[in-house]
Amino acid sequence: MKCQDCQKREAMVHLTQIINNEKTTLNLCQQCALARGFHSPLDNVPFPLAEILTGIASASPKLGLRQEDDGPRLVCDNCGLEFNEFTRQGRFGCGSCYKAFRPRLEPIMRKIHGNSLHRGRGPIVNKGNLDNSDVLPVKEEERLEEELTKAIESEDFERAAEIRDKLKTIRENFSLESK
Amino acid sequence: MFEEMAKSPAAWLSGKGKDALVVLSTRVRLARNVAGCKYPPAADLDTKKRIVGYFDSTVARSKMLSLGQYYNAGDISNWDRDFLIERHLISPLFLNGELSKSLFLGPDEKVSIMVNEEDHLRIQALSAGLDPEGAFDIAVAYDAEVGRYLEYDYDPDFGYLTACPTNAGTGMRASVLIHLPGLVLTKEIDNVIKYITRSGLIVRGFYGEGTDVLGNLFQVSNQNTLGISEEEIMGQINRIAREIIEKEALARQRLIDEAADMIEDKIWRAYGILKNARVLTSDEVMNLLSAVRLGHAMKIIDFLDITLINEILLLSQPAHLQKYFGSEMDSNRRDFVRAQMVREKLRSN
Repeated sequence: MKCQDCQKREAMVHLTQIINNEKTTLNLCQQCALARGFHSPLDNVPFPLAEILTGIASASPKLGLRQEDDGPRLVCDNCGLEFNEFTRQGRFGCGSCYKAFRPRLEPIMRKIHGNSLHRGRGPIVNKGNLDNSDVLPVKEEERLEEELTKAIESEDFERAAEIRDKLKTIRENFSLESK
Repeated sequence: MFEEMAKSPAAWLSGKGKDALVVLSTRVRLARNVAGCKYPPAADLDTKKRIVGYFDSTVARSKMLSLGQYYNAGDISNWDRDFLIERHLISPLFLNGELSKSLFLGPDEKVSIMVNEEDHLRIQALSAGLDPEGAFDIAVAYDAEVGRYLEYDYDPDFGYLTACPTNAGTGMRASVLIHLPGLVLTKEIDNVIKYITRSGLIVRGFYGEGTDVLGNLFQVSNQNTLGISEEEIMGQINRIAREIIEKEALARQRLIDEAADMIEDKIWRAYGILKNARVLTSDEVMNLLSAVRLGHAMKIIDFLDITLINEILLLSQPAHLQKYFGSEMDSNRRDFVRAQMVREKLRSN
Protein backbone atom coordinates (compact mmCIF):
# COMPACT_ATOMS: atom_id res chain seq x y z
CA MET A 1 0.00 0.00 0.00
CA LYS A 2 1.12 3.58 -0.58
CA CYS A 3 2.29 5.84 2.21
CA GLN A 4 -0.64 7.86 3.48
CA ASP A 5 1.40 11.06 3.71
CA CYS A 6 3.22 11.33 0.40
CA GLN A 7 1.09 8.87 -1.61
CA LYS A 8 4.21 8.10 -3.62
CA ARG A 9 6.40 5.61 -1.82
CA GLU A 10 5.43 2.21 -0.48
CA ALA A 11 4.30 2.17 3.15
CA MET A 12 6.92 0.18 5.03
CA VAL A 13 6.23 1.48 8.52
CA HIS A 14 2.97 0.54 10.14
CA LEU A 15 2.35 2.24 13.44
CA THR A 16 -0.38 1.81 15.93
CA GLN A 17 -0.68 4.78 18.22
CA ILE A 18 -2.65 5.12 21.35
CA ILE A 19 -3.02 8.81 22.02
CA ASN A 20 -5.41 10.15 24.59
CA ASN A 21 -6.92 6.72 24.78
CA GLU A 22 -7.73 6.57 21.10
CA LYS A 23 -6.14 4.07 18.80
CA THR A 24 -5.10 5.07 15.32
CA THR A 25 -3.08 3.24 12.70
CA LEU A 26 -0.59 4.99 10.44
CA ASN A 27 0.88 3.48 7.28
CA LEU A 28 3.96 5.45 6.22
CA CYS A 29 7.05 5.16 4.09
CA GLN A 30 10.36 5.45 5.92
CA GLN A 31 10.97 9.06 4.94
CA CYS A 32 7.58 10.29 6.04
CA ALA A 33 7.80 8.27 9.23
CA LEU A 34 11.10 9.94 10.03
CA ALA A 35 9.71 13.34 9.09
CA ARG A 36 6.93 12.80 11.60
CA GLY A 37 9.43 11.91 14.27
CA PHE A 38 8.98 8.16 14.43
CA HIS A 39 12.19 6.24 14.80
CA SER A 40 12.41 2.65 13.70
CA PRO A 41 12.26 0.13 16.52
CA LEU A 42 15.87 -0.65 15.74
CA ASP A 43 17.05 2.81 16.92
CA ASN A 44 16.60 3.14 20.61
CA VAL A 45 14.65 6.35 20.73
CA PRO A 46 17.49 8.57 21.84
CA PHE A 47 15.69 11.43 23.52
CA PRO A 48 12.77 10.19 25.52
CA LEU A 49 12.58 13.29 27.68
CA ALA A 50 12.84 15.63 24.72
CA GLU A 51 10.37 13.53 22.75
CA ILE A 52 7.82 13.93 25.48
CA LEU A 53 8.47 17.63 25.60
CA THR A 54 8.23 18.21 21.89
CA GLY A 55 5.77 15.43 21.26
CA ILE A 56 6.90 12.36 19.35
CA ALA A 57 3.33 11.38 18.89
CA SER A 58 2.22 14.87 18.01
CA ALA A 59 2.57 14.35 14.26
CA SER A 60 1.05 17.50 12.78
CA PRO A 61 -2.46 16.58 11.88
CA LYS A 62 -2.74 16.09 8.20
CA LEU A 63 -5.66 18.12 7.06
CA GLY A 64 -7.34 15.18 5.42
CA LEU A 65 -9.56 17.53 3.52
CA ARG A 66 -10.16 16.57 -0.03
CA GLN A 67 -11.74 19.81 -1.06
CA GLU A 68 -13.94 19.38 -4.08
CA ASP A 69 -12.28 21.40 -6.78
CA ASP A 70 -15.44 23.16 -7.79
CA GLY A 71 -14.01 26.64 -7.96
CA PRO A 72 -11.20 28.35 -9.83
CA ARG A 73 -7.82 26.73 -9.35
CA LEU A 74 -6.17 28.64 -6.49
CA VAL A 75 -2.45 29.15 -6.86
CA CYS A 76 -0.08 31.28 -4.82
CA ASP A 77 1.58 33.78 -7.12
CA ASN A 78 4.66 34.05 -4.95
CA CYS A 79 5.69 30.43 -4.51
CA GLY A 80 3.45 28.58 -6.97
CA LEU A 81 1.80 26.32 -4.40
CA GLU A 82 -1.58 25.02 -5.52
CA PHE A 83 -4.44 24.81 -3.07
CA ASN A 84 -4.95 21.09 -3.64
CA GLU A 85 -1.28 20.46 -2.97
CA PHE A 86 -1.59 22.46 0.21
CA THR A 87 -4.49 20.38 1.53
CA ARG A 88 -2.57 17.22 0.72
CA GLN A 89 0.72 18.17 2.40
CA GLY A 90 -0.68 20.36 5.17
CA ARG A 91 1.93 23.11 4.78
CA PHE A 92 1.93 26.59 3.28
CA GLY A 93 4.80 27.59 1.00
CA CYS A 94 4.90 31.23 2.06
CA GLY A 95 2.80 34.03 3.55
CA SER A 96 1.22 34.86 0.21
CA CYS A 97 -0.42 31.43 0.17
CA TYR A 98 -2.72 32.62 2.94
CA LYS A 99 -3.85 35.50 0.74
CA ALA A 100 -4.16 33.35 -2.35
CA PHE A 101 -6.20 30.68 -0.58
CA ARG A 102 -8.15 33.07 1.65
CA PRO A 103 -11.64 32.16 0.36
CA ARG A 104 -11.04 28.48 1.15
CA LEU A 105 -9.15 28.88 4.40
CA GLU A 106 -11.94 29.89 6.72
CA PRO A 107 -13.53 26.42 7.01
CA ILE A 108 -10.09 24.84 7.36
CA MET A 109 -9.06 27.13 10.20
CA ARG A 110 -12.39 26.61 11.86
CA LYS A 111 -11.90 22.87 11.68
CA ILE A 112 -8.42 23.08 13.18
CA HIS A 113 -8.87 25.80 15.77
CA GLY A 114 -12.63 26.08 16.16
CA ASN A 115 -12.11 29.68 15.07
CA SER A 116 -11.00 31.53 12.02
CA LEU A 117 -10.24 35.06 13.18
CA HIS A 118 -7.12 36.18 14.99
CA ARG A 119 -7.71 37.68 18.43
CA GLY A 120 -4.23 37.94 19.78
CA ARG A 121 -1.39 40.40 19.51
CA GLY A 122 0.16 41.80 16.39
CA PRO A 123 3.62 43.06 15.58
CA ILE A 124 4.50 46.45 16.99
CA VAL A 125 4.02 48.60 13.92
CA ASN A 126 4.68 51.93 15.53
CA LYS A 127 8.21 51.38 16.66
CA GLY A 128 8.15 54.32 19.01
CA ASN A 129 11.44 56.15 19.09
CA LEU A 130 12.96 53.88 16.50
CA ASP A 131 13.09 55.20 13.00
CA ASN A 132 12.71 52.95 10.02
CA SER A 133 16.41 52.80 9.43
CA ASP A 134 16.59 49.98 11.97
CA VAL A 135 14.29 47.66 10.09
CA LEU A 136 16.12 45.32 7.77
CA PRO A 137 14.58 45.80 4.32
CA VAL A 138 14.03 42.12 3.70
CA LYS A 139 10.89 42.60 1.63
CA GLU A 140 12.60 45.24 -0.43
CA GLU A 141 15.54 42.94 -1.10
CA GLU A 142 13.25 40.07 -2.09
CA ARG A 143 11.29 42.35 -4.41
CA LEU A 144 14.43 43.69 -6.06
CA GLU A 145 15.83 40.16 -6.51
CA GLU A 146 12.67 39.19 -8.36
CA GLU A 147 12.82 42.28 -10.54
CA LEU A 148 16.47 41.59 -11.30
CA THR A 149 15.63 38.09 -12.50
CA LYS A 150 12.83 39.43 -14.69
CA ALA A 151 15.05 42.16 -16.13
CA ILE A 152 17.77 39.65 -17.02
CA GLU A 153 15.24 37.28 -18.57
CA SER A 154 13.81 40.02 -20.73
CA GLU A 155 17.39 41.08 -21.58
CA ASP A 156 16.89 44.59 -20.21
CA PHE A 157 20.47 44.71 -18.98
CA GLU A 158 20.47 48.44 -18.30
CA ARG A 159 17.60 48.02 -15.88
CA ALA A 160 19.26 44.94 -14.42
CA ALA A 161 22.39 46.95 -13.72
CA GLU A 162 20.34 49.64 -11.97
CA ILE A 163 18.64 47.07 -9.77
CA ARG A 164 21.93 45.37 -9.00
CA ASP A 165 23.35 48.66 -7.80
CA LYS A 166 20.31 49.30 -5.62
CA LEU A 167 20.74 45.86 -4.08
CA LYS A 168 24.40 46.55 -3.45
CA THR A 169 23.54 49.76 -1.58
CA ILE A 170 20.95 48.04 0.58
CA ARG A 171 23.27 45.20 1.43
CA GLU A 172 26.13 47.48 2.30
CA ASN A 173 24.00 49.68 4.53
CA PHE A 174 22.39 46.84 6.39
CA SER A 175 25.12 44.20 6.11
CA LEU A 176 22.69 41.66 4.73
CA GLU A 177 24.13 38.46 3.36
CA SER A 178 24.71 38.84 -0.37
CA LYS A 179 24.49 36.06 -2.96
CA MET B 1 31.26 23.50 23.19
CA PHE B 2 28.77 24.03 25.98
CA GLU B 3 31.18 22.73 28.61
CA GLU B 4 30.27 25.57 30.95
CA MET B 5 26.59 24.90 30.41
CA ALA B 6 27.05 21.24 31.24
CA LYS B 7 28.43 22.09 34.64
CA SER B 8 25.26 23.80 35.83
CA PRO B 9 21.83 22.20 35.97
CA ALA B 10 19.31 23.67 33.54
CA ALA B 11 17.37 26.54 35.08
CA TRP B 12 14.06 25.07 33.99
CA LEU B 13 14.81 21.94 35.99
CA SER B 14 15.78 23.78 39.14
CA GLY B 15 12.85 22.29 41.00
CA LYS B 16 11.92 25.74 42.20
CA GLY B 17 8.90 27.64 41.03
CA LYS B 18 5.21 27.23 41.71
CA ASP B 19 3.88 23.73 42.29
CA ALA B 20 7.28 22.30 41.53
CA LEU B 21 6.34 19.04 43.22
CA VAL B 22 4.01 18.23 40.35
CA VAL B 23 4.86 20.67 37.56
CA LEU B 24 8.50 20.46 36.57
CA SER B 25 8.59 23.25 34.03
CA THR B 26 6.68 25.47 31.65
CA ARG B 27 7.54 26.23 28.06
CA VAL B 28 6.21 28.93 25.76
CA ARG B 29 7.05 28.86 22.09
CA LEU B 30 6.29 31.53 19.49
CA ALA B 31 6.45 30.78 15.76
CA ARG B 32 7.34 33.64 13.43
CA ASN B 33 8.23 34.04 9.77
CA VAL B 34 10.01 36.78 7.88
CA ALA B 35 7.65 38.62 5.53
CA GLY B 36 7.93 37.87 1.84
CA CYS B 37 10.13 34.80 2.11
CA LYS B 38 9.31 31.17 1.44
CA TYR B 39 8.86 29.01 4.51
CA PRO B 40 11.55 26.45 5.39
CA PRO B 41 9.68 23.29 4.29
CA ALA B 42 9.24 24.80 0.80
CA ALA B 43 12.29 27.06 0.61
CA ASP B 44 15.32 26.45 -1.58
CA LEU B 45 18.80 26.52 -0.07
CA ASP B 46 19.38 30.05 -1.25
CA THR B 47 16.34 31.39 0.58
CA LYS B 48 17.27 29.52 3.74
CA LYS B 49 20.78 30.95 3.64
CA ARG B 50 19.30 34.40 3.21
CA ILE B 51 17.07 33.93 6.26
CA VAL B 52 20.09 32.95 8.31
CA GLY B 53 21.82 36.03 6.96
CA TYR B 54 18.95 38.27 8.03
CA PHE B 55 19.09 36.85 11.51
CA ASP B 56 22.90 37.17 11.54
CA SER B 57 22.36 40.90 10.87
CA THR B 58 19.77 41.10 13.62
CA VAL B 59 22.09 39.51 16.18
CA ALA B 60 24.90 41.83 15.09
CA ARG B 61 22.76 44.92 15.54
CA SER B 62 20.78 44.14 18.68
CA LYS B 63 22.21 44.98 22.08
CA MET B 64 19.82 42.55 23.72
CA LEU B 65 20.82 39.65 21.52
CA SER B 66 24.50 40.42 21.93
CA LEU B 67 24.17 39.17 25.50
CA GLY B 68 23.52 35.63 24.32
CA GLN B 69 25.39 33.10 22.24
CA TYR B 70 24.85 32.58 18.52
CA TYR B 71 25.79 29.45 16.62
CA ASN B 72 25.78 28.34 13.03
CA ALA B 73 24.23 24.89 12.69
CA GLY B 74 27.27 23.63 10.86
CA ASP B 75 29.46 24.35 13.89
CA ILE B 76 27.43 22.17 16.24
CA SER B 77 28.70 18.60 16.47
CA ASN B 78 26.34 15.64 16.77
CA TRP B 79 27.33 15.22 20.36
CA ASP B 80 26.54 18.88 21.16
CA ARG B 81 23.34 18.64 19.18
CA ASP B 82 22.20 15.75 21.37
CA PHE B 83 23.19 17.72 24.44
CA LEU B 84 21.03 20.65 23.35
CA ILE B 85 18.10 18.35 22.61
CA GLU B 86 18.32 16.76 26.03
CA ARG B 87 18.42 20.19 27.59
CA HIS B 88 15.34 20.97 25.61
CA LEU B 89 16.88 24.01 23.91
CA ILE B 90 16.26 22.63 20.43
CA SER B 91 13.75 20.17 19.01
CA PRO B 92 14.97 16.65 18.10
CA LEU B 93 14.77 17.06 14.33
CA PHE B 94 16.08 20.64 14.13
CA LEU B 95 19.70 19.80 13.38
CA ASN B 96 19.06 16.81 11.15
CA GLY B 97 19.62 16.85 7.45
CA GLU B 98 20.44 20.06 5.65
CA LEU B 99 22.03 22.68 7.92
CA SER B 100 21.20 26.17 6.60
CA LYS B 101 20.11 26.98 10.11
CA SER B 102 21.35 28.78 13.16
CA LEU B 103 20.67 28.92 16.85
CA PHE B 104 20.55 31.69 19.39
CA LEU B 105 20.79 30.90 23.11
CA GLY B 106 19.92 33.57 25.64
CA PRO B 107 21.76 34.01 28.92
CA ASP B 108 20.84 31.53 31.69
CA GLU B 109 19.28 29.18 29.13
CA LYS B 110 15.94 30.86 29.55
CA VAL B 111 15.38 31.39 25.86
CA SER B 112 16.43 29.86 22.57
CA ILE B 113 15.67 30.89 19.00
CA MET B 114 15.87 28.30 16.25
CA VAL B 115 16.29 29.70 12.74
CA ASN B 116 14.79 27.64 9.90
CA GLU B 117 13.10 24.93 11.86
CA GLU B 118 9.57 24.47 10.50
CA ASP B 119 9.16 28.26 10.53
CA HIS B 120 11.86 30.86 9.99
CA LEU B 121 11.96 31.61 13.69
CA ARG B 122 10.95 29.54 16.69
CA ILE B 123 11.37 31.57 19.86
CA GLN B 124 11.14 29.42 22.95
CA ALA B 125 11.32 30.31 26.64
CA LEU B 126 11.47 27.94 29.60
CA SER B 127 10.68 28.53 33.24
CA ALA B 128 10.68 26.33 36.31
CA GLY B 129 7.45 25.15 37.86
CA LEU B 130 4.03 26.32 36.70
CA ASP B 131 4.81 29.71 35.22
CA PRO B 132 3.38 30.42 31.77
CA GLU B 133 3.47 34.17 32.43
CA GLY B 134 7.16 34.13 33.24
CA ALA B 135 8.03 32.12 30.15
CA PHE B 136 5.73 34.24 27.99
CA ASP B 137 7.26 37.51 29.19
CA ILE B 138 10.69 36.31 28.17
CA ALA B 139 9.54 34.95 24.81
CA VAL B 140 7.65 38.12 23.96
CA ALA B 141 10.59 40.34 24.91
CA TYR B 142 12.78 38.55 22.37
CA ASP B 143 9.92 38.47 19.88
CA ALA B 144 9.57 42.25 20.13
CA GLU B 145 13.32 42.78 19.90
CA VAL B 146 13.72 40.67 16.76
CA GLY B 147 10.59 42.34 15.41
CA ARG B 148 12.39 45.66 15.54
CA TYR B 149 14.74 44.48 12.82
CA LEU B 150 12.72 42.00 10.82
CA GLU B 151 9.21 42.39 9.47
CA TYR B 152 7.05 39.43 10.40
CA ASP B 153 4.54 37.72 8.11
CA TYR B 154 1.26 38.84 9.64
CA ASP B 155 -2.34 39.09 8.47
CA PRO B 156 -5.14 40.81 10.41
CA ASP B 157 -7.42 37.81 9.92
CA PHE B 158 -4.99 34.95 10.33
CA GLY B 159 -2.54 36.58 12.70
CA TYR B 160 1.08 35.52 12.55
CA LEU B 161 1.47 33.35 9.48
CA THR B 162 3.14 30.00 9.91
CA ALA B 163 4.13 27.09 7.68
CA CYS B 164 1.63 24.80 9.35
CA PRO B 165 -1.92 26.13 9.72
CA THR B 166 -2.12 24.54 13.16
CA ASN B 167 0.26 27.25 14.41
CA ALA B 168 -1.25 30.34 12.82
CA GLY B 169 -2.71 33.22 14.80
CA THR B 170 -0.75 33.71 17.99
CA GLY B 171 1.84 31.17 16.84
CA MET B 172 1.97 30.31 20.52
CA ARG B 173 2.30 26.91 22.08
CA ALA B 174 2.33 26.86 25.87
CA SER B 175 3.02 23.61 27.65
CA VAL B 176 3.78 22.23 31.06
CA LEU B 177 5.72 19.13 32.02
CA ILE B 178 3.95 17.40 34.87
CA HIS B 179 4.60 14.38 37.03
CA LEU B 180 1.53 12.26 37.73
CA PRO B 181 2.54 9.05 39.48
CA GLY B 182 -0.51 9.17 41.77
CA LEU B 183 -3.01 9.23 38.95
CA VAL B 184 -1.12 6.52 37.11
CA LEU B 185 -0.95 4.24 40.15
CA THR B 186 -4.63 4.71 41.02
CA LYS B 187 -5.44 4.05 37.37
CA GLU B 188 -7.34 7.31 37.07
CA ILE B 189 -4.95 8.72 34.48
CA ASP B 190 -7.03 7.66 31.46
CA ASN B 191 -10.04 9.59 32.69
CA VAL B 192 -7.91 12.62 33.44
CA ILE B 193 -6.42 12.50 29.96
CA LYS B 194 -9.90 12.29 28.46
CA TYR B 195 -10.96 15.26 30.55
CA ILE B 196 -7.98 17.35 29.47
CA THR B 197 -8.60 16.46 25.84
CA ARG B 198 -12.27 17.40 26.11
CA SER B 199 -11.16 20.74 27.51
CA GLY B 200 -9.39 21.41 24.25
CA LEU B 201 -5.82 20.71 25.29
CA ILE B 202 -3.28 18.14 24.14
CA VAL B 203 -1.73 15.56 26.45
CA ARG B 204 1.39 13.67 25.50
CA GLY B 205 3.28 11.01 27.29
CA PHE B 206 5.99 8.79 26.04
CA TYR B 207 5.12 5.14 26.07
CA GLY B 208 8.27 3.19 26.76
CA GLU B 209 8.50 -0.52 27.39
CA GLY B 210 5.16 -2.06 28.17
CA THR B 211 2.31 0.35 28.52
CA ASP B 212 3.64 2.57 31.27
CA VAL B 213 4.37 6.16 30.53
CA LEU B 214 8.06 6.89 30.92
CA GLY B 215 8.79 8.46 34.27
CA ASN B 216 5.08 9.19 34.71
CA LEU B 217 5.82 12.44 32.91
CA PHE B 218 3.21 14.12 30.76
CA GLN B 219 3.20 17.25 28.69
CA VAL B 220 0.01 19.27 28.53
CA SER B 221 -0.24 22.00 25.94
CA ASN B 222 -2.79 24.19 24.24
CA GLN B 223 -4.09 22.99 20.93
CA ASN B 224 -5.62 26.08 19.40
CA THR B 225 -3.55 29.07 18.45
CA LEU B 226 -5.99 31.04 16.29
CA GLY B 227 -9.08 32.85 17.55
CA ILE B 228 -7.72 32.88 21.06
CA SER B 229 -5.53 35.48 22.70
CA GLU B 230 -2.16 34.86 24.31
CA GLU B 231 -3.63 35.68 27.72
CA GLU B 232 -6.45 33.20 27.17
CA ILE B 233 -3.98 30.48 26.27
CA MET B 234 -2.07 31.08 29.49
CA GLY B 235 -5.35 31.12 31.39
CA GLN B 236 -6.24 27.75 29.86
CA ILE B 237 -2.94 26.23 30.85
CA ASN B 238 -3.08 27.62 34.39
CA ARG B 239 -6.63 26.47 34.93
CA ILE B 240 -6.13 22.96 33.67
CA ALA B 241 -2.78 22.62 35.42
CA ARG B 242 -4.36 23.58 38.73
CA GLU B 243 -7.13 21.06 38.23
CA ILE B 244 -4.65 18.32 37.40
CA ILE B 245 -2.49 19.25 40.40
CA GLU B 246 -5.54 18.91 42.62
CA LYS B 247 -6.51 15.57 41.16
CA GLU B 248 -2.95 14.32 41.56
CA ALA B 249 -2.91 15.46 45.20
CA LEU B 250 -6.12 13.54 45.86
CA ALA B 251 -4.75 10.46 44.15
CA ARG B 252 -1.59 10.61 46.25
CA GLN B 253 -3.67 10.94 49.39
CA ARG B 254 -5.68 7.92 48.34
CA LEU B 255 -2.47 5.95 47.95
CA ILE B 256 -1.40 6.90 51.44
CA ASP B 257 -4.81 6.07 52.88
CA GLU B 258 -5.33 2.79 51.10
CA ALA B 259 -1.90 1.41 50.28
CA ALA B 260 0.71 3.14 52.40
CA ASP B 261 2.89 0.05 52.78
CA MET B 262 2.87 -0.72 49.08
CA ILE B 263 3.76 2.82 48.15
CA GLU B 264 6.53 3.10 50.68
CA ASP B 265 7.94 -0.20 49.50
CA LYS B 266 7.86 0.94 45.87
CA ILE B 267 9.61 4.18 46.76
CA TRP B 268 12.31 2.63 48.92
CA ARG B 269 12.99 -0.12 46.42
CA ALA B 270 13.48 2.48 43.71
CA TYR B 271 15.86 4.39 45.94
CA GLY B 272 17.67 1.19 46.80
CA ILE B 273 18.26 0.30 43.16
CA LEU B 274 19.47 3.78 42.31
CA LYS B 275 21.82 3.78 45.26
CA ASN B 276 23.31 0.36 44.53
CA ALA B 277 22.89 -0.71 40.93
CA ARG B 278 25.98 -1.18 38.79
CA VAL B 279 24.21 -0.92 35.44
CA LEU B 280 21.33 1.43 34.66
CA THR B 281 19.65 2.42 31.40
CA SER B 282 18.32 5.96 31.06
CA ASP B 283 14.74 4.66 30.86
CA GLU B 284 15.25 2.80 34.12
CA VAL B 285 16.59 5.92 35.80
CA MET B 286 13.61 7.94 34.61
CA ASN B 287 11.19 5.39 36.02
CA LEU B 288 13.02 4.94 39.29
CA LEU B 289 13.37 8.68 39.74
CA SER B 290 9.62 8.96 39.37
CA ALA B 291 9.15 6.89 42.50
CA VAL B 292 11.87 8.82 44.31
CA ARG B 293 10.31 12.13 43.28
CA LEU B 294 7.00 10.89 44.65
CA GLY B 295 8.82 9.83 47.80
CA HIS B 296 10.20 13.32 48.16
CA ALA B 297 6.77 14.90 47.69
CA MET B 298 5.28 12.55 50.26
CA LYS B 299 8.14 13.35 52.63
CA ILE B 300 9.07 9.69 52.77
CA ILE B 301 12.46 10.42 51.25
CA ASP B 302 12.89 13.81 52.78
CA PHE B 303 16.68 13.88 52.74
CA LEU B 304 16.91 14.30 48.99
CA ASP B 305 16.66 17.73 47.42
CA ILE B 306 14.38 18.08 44.42
CA THR B 307 17.15 19.92 42.60
CA LEU B 308 19.33 16.83 42.98
CA ILE B 309 16.59 14.60 41.62
CA ASN B 310 16.27 16.83 38.58
CA GLU B 311 20.01 17.01 38.17
CA ILE B 312 20.23 13.21 38.06
CA LEU B 313 17.35 13.11 35.59
CA LEU B 314 19.21 15.35 33.20
CA LEU B 315 22.69 13.90 33.72
CA SER B 316 21.42 10.38 33.07
CA GLN B 317 20.54 11.35 29.51
CA PRO B 318 23.17 10.02 27.06
CA ALA B 319 24.84 13.23 25.82
CA HIS B 320 24.87 14.82 29.27
CA LEU B 321 26.33 11.69 30.76
CA GLN B 322 29.14 11.64 28.25
CA LYS B 323 29.90 15.31 28.82
CA TYR B 324 29.92 14.68 32.55
CA PHE B 325 32.58 11.99 32.14
CA GLY B 326 34.32 13.89 29.35
CA SER B 327 34.28 11.31 26.59
CA GLU B 328 32.04 9.59 24.09
CA MET B 329 30.97 6.09 25.05
CA ASP B 330 28.99 3.22 23.61
CA SER B 331 25.67 2.19 25.08
CA ASN B 332 27.00 -0.54 27.37
CA ARG B 333 29.66 1.66 28.87
CA ARG B 334 27.11 4.43 29.33
CA ASP B 335 24.84 2.13 31.32
CA PHE B 336 27.75 1.31 33.59
CA VAL B 337 28.93 4.90 34.18
CA ARG B 338 25.35 6.09 34.53
CA ALA B 339 24.95 3.85 37.53
CA GLN B 340 28.26 5.17 38.82
CA MET B 341 27.13 8.78 38.43
CA VAL B 342 23.85 8.07 40.21
CA ARG B 343 25.63 6.39 43.11
CA GLU B 344 28.06 9.31 43.39
CA LYS B 345 25.30 11.89 43.32
CA LEU B 346 23.22 10.08 45.92
CA ARG B 347 26.20 9.49 48.16
CA SER B 348 27.23 13.14 48.12
CA ASN B 349 23.79 14.19 49.32
